[in-house]
Amino acid sequence: MTISMNTQLNITNKKEKQKTSWMQELTNYSVPILFIIICLLGVYASKLNPVYIINEIVVRLARNLFLVLALIIPVIAGMGLNFAIVIGAMAGQIGIIAIKVFDMGGLSGFMMAVLISTPFALLFGYGTGLILNKTKGKEMITSLMLGYFANGLYQLVFLTFMGTIIPIDNPEIILSNGMGLKNALDLKFIQYSIDYILRPNIMGIKIPVVSLLLVVVLCFIIRFIVKTKLGQDFRALGQDINIAEVSGIKTDKTRLIAITISTVLAAWGQIIFLQNIGTLNTYNSHEQVGMFAIAALLVGGASVTKATIGQAIVGTLLFHTLFIVSPFAGKNLFGDSQIGEYFRSFIAYGVIALSLVLHAWQKYMNARNKEKLE
Amino acid sequence: MRDFWKKITDKYGYPKVFMTMFLIILCILAVIQKQNLPGLLKDSLVRVGMNGILVLAMVPSVNSGTGLNFGLSLGILCGMLAGCISIELKLTGITAIFTAILISIPFSAVVGYLYGILLNRVKGDEMTVGTYMGFSIVSLMCIGWLLLPFQSPDMIWAIGGKGLRTTIALAGKFAKVMDNFLSFNILGEPIPTGTLLLFGVACVIMAIFFKTKTGVAMMASGDNPKFAAANGINVNKQRIIGTMLSMILGGIGIIIYAQSFGFFQLYTGPLMMPFMAISAILIGGATAKNANISNVISGTILFFALLAISLPVINKMMPEGNLSEVVRIIITYGVILYALTKVGGDN
Amino acid sequence: MDDKYVLQLKNISKEYFGNKVLKEVNLNVKAGEIHALVGENGAGKSTLMNIIFGMPVIHNTGGYTGDIIFEGQKVDTKSPKDALNLGIGMVHQEFMLLPGFTITENIKLNREITKHNVISRILGYRLKSLNVEAMRRDSQKALQKLGMNVDDWLPIAGLPVGYMQFVEIAREIDKKNIKLLVFDEPTAVLAESEAEKLLDAMKKLASSGIAILFITHRLDEVLAVADNITIMRDGEQVSQMKREDATLAKLAQLMVGRKIERIVHEVRESNKNDEIAMTMKNLTVDMPGEAVKGIDLEIKKGEILGIGGLAGQGKIGIANGIMGLYKAAGEVYLDNNKLELNNPRKAIKSKLAFVSEDRRGVGLLLDTSIEMNIVITSMQIQNRFLKGLLGIKSFNLKDDKAIRNWSLKMIKDLDIRCTGPTQITRRLSGGNQQKVCIARALTLEPEVLFVSEPTRGIDIGAKKLVLDLLVKLNRELGMTIIMTSSELGELRSICDRIAIIYNGKLEGILEPTDSDVDFGLAMAGKYSSKEVV
Repeated sequence: MTISMNTQLNITNKKEKQKTSWMQELTNYSVPILFIIICLLGVYASKLNPVYIINEIVVRLARNLFLVLALIIPVIAGMGLNFAIVIGAMAGQIGIIAIKVFDMGGLSGFMMAVLISTPFALLFGYGTGLILNKTKGKEMITSLMLGYFANGLYQLVFLTFMGTIIPIDNPEIILSNGMGLKNALDLKFIQYSIDYILRPNIMGIKIPVVSLLLVVVLCFIIRFIVKTKLGQDFRALGQDINIAEVSGIKTDKTRLIAITISTVLAAWGQIIFLQNIGTLNTYNSHEQVGMFAIAALLVGGASVTKATIGQAIVGTLLFHTLFIVSPFAGKNLFGDSQIGEYFRSFIAYGVIALSLVLHAWQKYMNARNKEKLE
Repeated sequence: MRDFWKKITDKYGYPKVFMTMFLIILCILAVIQKQNLPGLLKDSLVRVGMNGILVLAMVPSVNSGTGLNFGLSLGILCGMLAGCISIELKLTGITAIFTAILISIPFSAVVGYLYGILLNRVKGDEMTVGTYMGFSIVSLMCIGWLLLPFQSPDMIWAIGGKGLRTTIALAGKFAKVMDNFLSFNILGEPIPTGTLLLFGVACVIMAIFFKTKTGVAMMASGDNPKFAAANGINVNKQRIIGTMLSMILGGIGIIIYAQSFGFFQLYTGPLMMPFMAISAILIGGATAKNANISNVISGTILFFALLAISLPVINKMMPEGNLSEVVRIIITYGVILYALTKVGGDN
Repeated sequence: MDDKYVLQLKNISKEYFGNKVLKEVNLNVKAGEIHALVGENGAGKSTLMNIIFGMPVIHNTGGYTGDIIFEGQKVDTKSPKDALNLGIGMVHQEFMLLPGFTITENIKLNREITKHNVISRILGYRLKSLNVEAMRRDSQKALQKLGMNVDDWLPIAGLPVGYMQFVEIAREIDKKNIKLLVFDEPTAVLAESEAEKLLDAMKKLASSGIAILFITHRLDEVLAVADNITIMRDGEQVSQMKREDATLAKLAQLMVGRKIERIVHEVRESNKNDEIAMTMKNLTVDMPGEAVKGIDLEIKKGEILGIGGLAGQGKIGIANGIMGLYKAAGEVYLDNNKLELNNPRKAIKSKLAFVSEDRRGVGLLLDTSIEMNIVITSMQIQNRFLKGLLGIKSFNLKDDKAIRNWSLKMIKDLDIRCTGPTQITRRLSGGNQQKVCIARALTLEPEVLFVSEPTRGIDIGAKKLVLDLLVKLNRELGMTIIMTSSELGELRSICDRIAIIYNGKLEGILEPTDSDVDFGLAMAGKYSSKEVV
C-alpha cells in the first residue's frame, strides 16, 4: 500500500491521529484472556468430567447464543448495550403462554409460539425505540430502567389480569385462587422440540443440530444486514450520530429499526431458550436474561461500541463454562457451593461494570483531549 | 380548568402532581373501605422516618455534579457491616445504634472516597457505572457475608452453617429503639418521634452544610464546573467530598432503616434500594442536576406514604396476588424513566 | 447575459432580532471562476453561506430578503438538501468525516451504490446490498481529479489532516451535478505545503467548469488563486475587484477601515519610564482553536492594552492561559515575581481578575442569584463574606448580611438593571450579565483586569456603557486593563496601545491612531514583514 501524492505531500505534525489508546487494546483482548484463565482454574477446581462439561457447553451454546447475538446490532448502531432485550424476552414468553393455553405441543407448538410472539415483539421494540430516541446519550441507563419498568407491567398483566380480565381457567396455568399465572409453567410438551429433531451422538457428546443450525442462520443474517445499505447506516450512526444526521441519514428511524430487530430476535431467542429448559418461571425467567446475555457478550471481548459475531460466540462459551463449574468449584474449594454461585453473579455484574467503566473512561478522556480545561 | 392544570404541572412537575392525586384517591378509598386511617397515617410516618436519610443521601451527590447516586448500595453495605459489628459487640439500645453509626462513618468515607475517584474518571456516565458497580460489589459482598468471621449466635446460621444469615433479626438488640424514643400517641397511634427527630436533624445539618464555604463551592461545581474551575474551585475534590457525604448518609440511613424495619436484609437486600431513594427524590421535584432539602422531604412523604397506604388498600380490593408490590415497581421505575426522558439526552 | 453566471446574489439582507447582519449584498460567480470572499469576523461571510446553503438557523430567525439566482433561475433553498439537489456543495471547516469508515465509504456517505438482492425485493430498498466495487471506482475517479494517489480503502482515522481535507472535497465533487463549490476557510488547519496543494486542486476544479466560492482571510492565498474578489465589512459588501487590480495593502485597508469614534480624547503618551505591571516571555497556550505559540509582551502599569486579531489567531488564548483555564507554558512575571501557571487560584490570589468571553458558559452561574455570583470568587479565594457558627470561626458560613450589603452597593455603582440581588442571572440582559461579571472581578480588588470580548452580544446602547465603565475603572482606580476584542473599533476607541495577534504570535503593537492599512496588514499577518514606508 503506497501512500503518495503526485506532488509529494509532507505528512505534518498536525495529524488528527485517533490514538488507539492502550485502554482500547486492553478491552479488546485482556478480558477474554483473563476469562480463559479463570475458566481453566474453575474447571480444574470443579473436578468435573470433561465430557460432561463439553456436553453442557454444547447445550448452553445452542440455548443462549441466539439471545446474545440479538445484542449485536444495537451496539453497531451506536445505541450501546441493549439492556431492554428483557422486553423482547417477555414477548417471547407471551408466545409460550399462548401455546400453553391453546395446548399446542411439539414442533408446531414451537412455531406457533414464534408466530404469536412476533407482533408483540415488533410493538415492544417500536415502543422501546421511541423512548430511547428521547434519551440519546443515555441509552443504557434508560434501557435498564425500561427493562425493570416493563417487568412491572408484565407482572401486572400476568399476575392480575390473567384469569380475571383474560378468561382462562386451566388449573395447570392459573393459580388456585383464580387470578394470576402459576409461578412455574411446565413446558414438557414442547421441550426439546427443536433440540431433539436431530441429535447425533459424537464421542459421547450429543449435538442438537437444528438448534445450532438456527444460530448459524442468524449469524449469516446479521452478516448480510451489515453489508446492506441499512447496515452501512447503522455503522455510520454508531460512529457519529451528528455527522450521520447532517449527511441526511434518518437517524431516529434507523435507530428504531435497530432496536426492533434486536427485540424480535430476543423474543425468538427466549423461546429457543425455554424449549430447552422445559419450565417457564413466569416471573423470573426473563429477569436475568438481559444481564447474562450482555455479560456473555462482554466476556468475549466486545465493548459498548464494538461487538462481533466471533466475540458473541467466544463470550458465550467462556461465560457459560464458568457457570457450569462455579458451584462445584465453590464446593470443592470452600466447602460451600453457594460461594460458587455468588461468585458467578459477581463475575456477571463485574464484567459489565468493568466494561462500562473502561468505555466511560475512554469517552471522558477523548472529550477532555478535545477541550482541555484543568 | 385546563389552565389550572397546566399551571400546577408546570410548577410542580408531573410526577409530584400524579403522585399526590393517587395518594388522595387511596386515602379516600381507605376511608370507604373502613380502614384504620390514623393507623395508615402512622405507618406512613414510620416509613418516612425509615427511609428519609437514604433519600437525603442523594442531595450531596446531585449537588456536587455526580448526579443521582446509583451506587448508593456501597454506602448501604458499609452501614450494614457497622450494624453487624455493633451486634457482635453485644450492644443494645441507643448505644448500639450510635456505635453502629460511628463505625459506619469511616467505612463509608473510605468507600465514598474511592468511588468518587472512579466517578471523576467517568464523567457523564455516572449513572450506568454506578448501577453496575453497586450490583457487582453487592454480589462480591455476598461472598463476604459468608466468609467474614462473625461469631454472634444471633447472626450466624444456626445449624453448623457458615456465614451470616440472610436476614438478621434486631428484636432485642435495637429494633424500634429510635422509633420508640420520646414516642407519644396521636389518635391512639404511636408516633416514631426519635426517628423523625433524627431525620430532621440530618436535614438541618445538610442545610447548614450547603451554607458553608465548602457547601457553596460544591454547589458551584455541580452547577457549572467550568465556572467553578475558572474561579479557583477544585471541581474534582468537591465531587469526591459530595460522594463521600452521600455514602456516609447511606450508611447511617440503612442503620435507621433497619432499626425501624426490625431486620437487616443482607446478601441481595441492598441491590435495588438505591432506585427507591432515587425515585423518591425525583418525585419530590429534584432533577439530575439539582436537589434540595424540600425535594427530599416532599418526595419521601409522597413516595413512602403511597407505599404505606396502597398496600392494605389494594390488598383489600384484590386479596390475591402481590399487586401492591407490582404497583411499587411500576411507580419506582416509571418515575426514573420519566425523569430520564425529561433531561432528554446529554447535549 | 445573466445565464453565464452560475450564482447571482442580488441585494441579500438578513436581520437577527433587529440586528442587521447583511445589508444588500451582491455577488456573482461564473462557471469556472474562483471568487474569493474576504472579510473580518462578523463581516457576514458565514451568514451569507448559511443562506445559500439553506441552513435551518436562517429560516428559524425570520429568513432573508433578496434573490438567489442559480443558473438563471430564481431559487429559494429551504434546506441543505435543496442546496445539494441544485448542485451546491460545501467543504466545511470542521470535517464531516467518520473516522472508522474508509475513504470510499466517506465519499459515498448516504449515497452508496447498491444493488438488489433476494431480500430487498421483498423488504425494501434499505436491504439492498452495497456494491463496493462500483463505489470504489467512483471514489478513485474523484480522488484522481484532485491529484491524489492514495488507497481508497484506507480508514480515515490516522490520515493526516491534509488528506482529510481532500477527502472532504472528493466527497463533494463525487456528487454528479456539482456546479458550485463553497470552501469555508479550507486552509485554516493546513500547513503551508498542504495549503499549496489545496490551492492547486482548487484551480484544477475551476478549470473543469465548477464555480468556486472561496472564503478566507489569508490575503496571499486570495492573490494567488482568485479571479474576482469581494470584500465584506460589517455586513456590507464594500468592494469588488478583479485580481489584477488588487494589492495586499488595498485589501487590508478595505477589510478594516471604518470611522472610529474615539471615546477617550486624550492620547496618553507612552513613556519609556513607565512601570511594568506584567511581562510575558514565550507564552504558549493550548486552547483549541485559539492557540498561542510564543508571545513576548510587556504590559505597563495603569494602561489600557488592547489585544486584537482575527478569530482563531490566538488573542483569546492569552488571558485564558494566564488565568489558568487552559494549559499554558512559558513565563509570566508580575512585579518581578514569577506567576505559577495553570492555576486559577494562584492567578486570582496574585491580584489578577478575568472577565471571560464566554459569559454564559464560564462567566456566570445562570441559575444562581446576582449576589452570590458577585461574591463567590472572593468568598472562596479571599475568605471574605464568611462568618462563624455560634461563635466558632472555622464553620465558615456565608455571611448573608455582608453579601447583601455588598451586592446592593455593586448593583448601584454599576447600574445593574434587575429586580433585586436575589434575581437569578439567567434573566438579565446581556449587558447586565456582563456587569455582574465585572462586579465579581471588581470584588476581588485586582491590580490587573483581563476583559475578553466585553461587548459581545450586547446591544448598542449598553456597549458604550460597558466601555465607559472600563475607562472609569482605569482612570479612577488606576487599574491596569487588558482588553481582548475582535472589534477593532472598540479597541481603537479606548486603548492606549493595541497588540495584534496573528497565528498565535505577536504580529505587532500599534497605536490607536495608526492607519487602517497598518491594522489590516497586521490582522492579515503581513505587518511585521512589510517594508517601512
